[in-house]
Amino acid sequence: MTRKTPTGSKTGPRPEGPGPLILVVDDFEDNRAMYVQFLTFEGFRVAEADNGKEALDKAMTLQPDLVVMDLSLPILDGWEATRRLKSDERTRHIPVVALTGHALGGHSERARDAGCDSYLTKPCLPEDLVVEIRRMLAPSSSKPKPRSGK
Amino acid sequence: MAQVTSLAARAHGSGRKFVRASADAKLALVEFLLGCEDIVECARRGAEWLAEHTDVEQVLCAAVNPDLTRLVGLVGYGVPAARVKKFSVRLDARDHPFLSLLADGDPKVFPGNGADPEERPATPLGNGPFLAVPLRGRVGKQQIPAGLLLVSPVTADVARETRWLAQVLSHRLVRPRYYGRLARDRSWLTTIINAVPDAILLTDADGRMILANNRAEALLAGREDDSEGRQRAVALNNMLFSSALGERTFRPEVTPERRELLLVDPAEGSDLPFELLTTVVDDSREGTGIVSVLRNVADLRRATEELEENYRRLRAAEVEVRAERDRLDLIIDSVVDPIVVTDPTGNIVMMNVPAERLFTAGPDATAEEAARVRANDANFTSFISNLFFGMADMRYRGGISMVDARTGARVPVEAVSGKIMSEHGEVSAIVTILHDQTEALEKERLYEALKLASQELEEKVRQATAELVRQNELLRRQAIELEQASAAKSLFLANMSHEFRTPLNAILGYTSILLKGVAGPLSSMQRDNLARVDSNGRHLLAIINDILDISRIEAGRMPLHASEFKLADLIREVMVEVEPLIARARLDLTTEIVADLPVLRTDRAKLKQIVLNLLTNALKFTPEGSVKVSASHRPTTAQVAIEVADSGIGIAEADQAKIFEDFQQADNSSTRTYGGAGLGLSICRRLATMLEGQITLESRLGRGSTFTVLIPARVKRR
Repeated sequence: MTRKTPTGSKTGPRPEGPGPLILVVDDFEDNRAMYVQFLTFEGFRVAEADNGKEALDKAMTLQPDLVVMDLSLPILDGWEATRRLKSDERTRHIPVVALTGHALGGHSERARDAGCDSYLTKPCLPEDLVVEIRRMLAPSSSKPKPRSGK
Repeated sequence: MAQVTSLAARAHGSGRKFVRASADAKLALVEFLLGCEDIVECARRGAEWLAEHTDVEQVLCAAVNPDLTRLVGLVGYGVPAARVKKFSVRLDARDHPFLSLLADGDPKVFPGNGADPEERPATPLGNGPFLAVPLRGRVGKQQIPAGLLLVSPVTADVARETRWLAQVLSHRLVRPRYYGRLARDRSWLTTIINAVPDAILLTDADGRMILANNRAEALLAGREDDSEGRQRAVALNNMLFSSALGERTFRPEVTPERRELLLVDPAEGSDLPFELLTTVVDDSREGTGIVSVLRNVADLRRATEELEENYRRLRAAEVEVRAERDRLDLIIDSVVDPIVVTDPTGNIVMMNVPAERLFTAGPDATAEEAARVRANDANFTSFISNLFFGMADMRYRGGISMVDARTGARVPVEAVSGKIMSEHGEVSAIVTILHDQTEALEKERLYEALKLASQELEEKVRQATAELVRQNELLRRQAIELEQASAAKSLFLANMSHEFRTPLNAILGYTSILLKGVAGPLSSMQRDNLARVDSNGRHLLAIINDILDISRIEAGRMPLHASEFKLADLIREVMVEVEPLIARARLDLTTEIVADLPVLRTDRAKLKQIVLNLLTNALKFTPEGSVKVSASHRPTTAQVAIEVADSGIGIAEADQAKIFEDFQQADNSSTRTYGGAGLGLSICRRLATMLEGQITLESRLGRGSTFTVLIPARVKRR
């Protein structure tokens, strides 16, 4: 299924200006860098973390607008990190979009149980991630959207 | 005689006084004896006379008793009466000196006491020598021993007078006995002829009655005091009898003459039929006479009738007995077991046919057969004897070893013998039933064999069961190992999937970024090349997803989530999802959903995956034409059918079965043309099976294909 995303049709690259701050948590650097590059290109401010512990620290200190959380993480996994974010007064409001390469049943349920607001399966094209982030940040719709299609 | 003389001489020599018996005295004695009827009195007078006229001191007169069995003491003189009575010599006592004396007839002097007992028998006399003179009378020409005179002491005088006395006394002793016997014979004869039920009478030539028995007298002799009727009857009888005799010819004949004579019963007045038998007898003294026997044939007739009746009854009884016996024979012959009836002495009196096989040898029997029969007989007799020894037991049971007389085969027999008692409580017969044990023993043997076989079988079953248990255990372990291996495989695949996805995510992501020109503008060739990377990356992703689905199904890690939903809604959703594909193609896509579809209860996601896959395939393999999705209900089987029909390239018949297999497309080269890993239908088939349904295909090459999913409206599991 191919979806042609109209490049920059809605947001467009915004090198300057205070775009929303997105914390990308992924231990695989290539993926992390790929998402960071595209999110930056799409006008977001981006912070990175490569494990759950660091994700917690940065979420606490940076207070990002949204966290993209890979679930298989070293030191502290994504589920536990999300659970802690959602149990802390200071970070509870931050939406968490789970992103995982595990397609087996049970992962999405566990992610939701841990407090993730949305759930995406890898491979996830960067433009699809942007669509989901924008949907989550839109003031009218903050509800998590179920995963759809491949 | 010489002895007597010498004794007499000695007596003379002793000088003792003796009185010579005068002729007068002798005459007086003879006169007395002739007049005296009583022989005891005669003997006494004789003894007294001897004592009076001689100097005899002791006299014993013994006489032969009327039975002619003994010589007994009759009278004694100078001897105590008790001893006289006690004297008795049996006439059959051989060698007794007195008896030989009695036979010889000669007097004899016996020596005094102290002599040999054979020479001097015991007597009531004293111890001195004594003279014994036999008393012998004459009847006709026959000398008859009548008695014995014993006198003591022995003198010539005594001897002489004693011998004289013996002569006169002998006659007196013999006479009454002889005539007495005649009287007795006559009395017996009368008794006998009176005892005969027939009337018997002897008449002389003139028809006068000489002798008649009671029965004859009753018929023919009247008495003074008889009634008139009786007298008339007797007179009539006499007349009839005389007339019957009158017809008799007086010729002595050997055989008696018979005729019928009707007389009158003087007592009853009724007619009595008689048979008259007359025999002419000649007597030298009395002249010719006729012996008549009158036999009452009324009794005879009655007797004859009774006899006939009895005979008839006997015959009837015999017939009945024979019938009974025939029945009995039939019964005992029909008994398979040999039955033998023996009399109390052990002789076989009856046996049935089966018994004959054991106890009889035919007329043409061989020596061997005869020997077998004898052996059987001997065994049987010894068996029966058990019953005789155990007198109290009514029955005896035991085994006998028998041999078939014909074949010589051993016949093991169990026999039961029973006594049959007569009404007097005596054993009248012994019935023995012999039961052939061959069959029973054979059965027992077979049963044992069967039991053994059964035991062997049981053992085999036990072993087989043990083996089965062992195999089951092995299988269970293998199943566990398989399960573990399967789980490991699934885990491996899941991990592999993750490991594939992570780099693929980067490949597809960067390709997308490049294509968007994030890294700067691209030449058309660069764009084209990147498009190919993107396309192949996506293909790889599709393959990975399919493999993951199959492995999840195979590992049982794709659970069934049943829910209720409307099929129309599901089809509508699928149509929406394929919209982008339709937009690109020049296809006519229609749906036809019947109105009465039931609400389904099954795994919605899986059904949707099937329909989506089938529809995607249809669109993919239909370059031009139409695709139609229709849903219908099959109430008889409670199933729903979803048909996806296209007018596409179709599938050759030879390939139709193949396409549901893993990694198969109708033409493997088509992968390049149509994409897909060839796993879609294989997954659909598996999913349909999970939903308890199936997918069927109708297709013709070049004319299109119709895939039909048939599933129960309500899934049974969960």
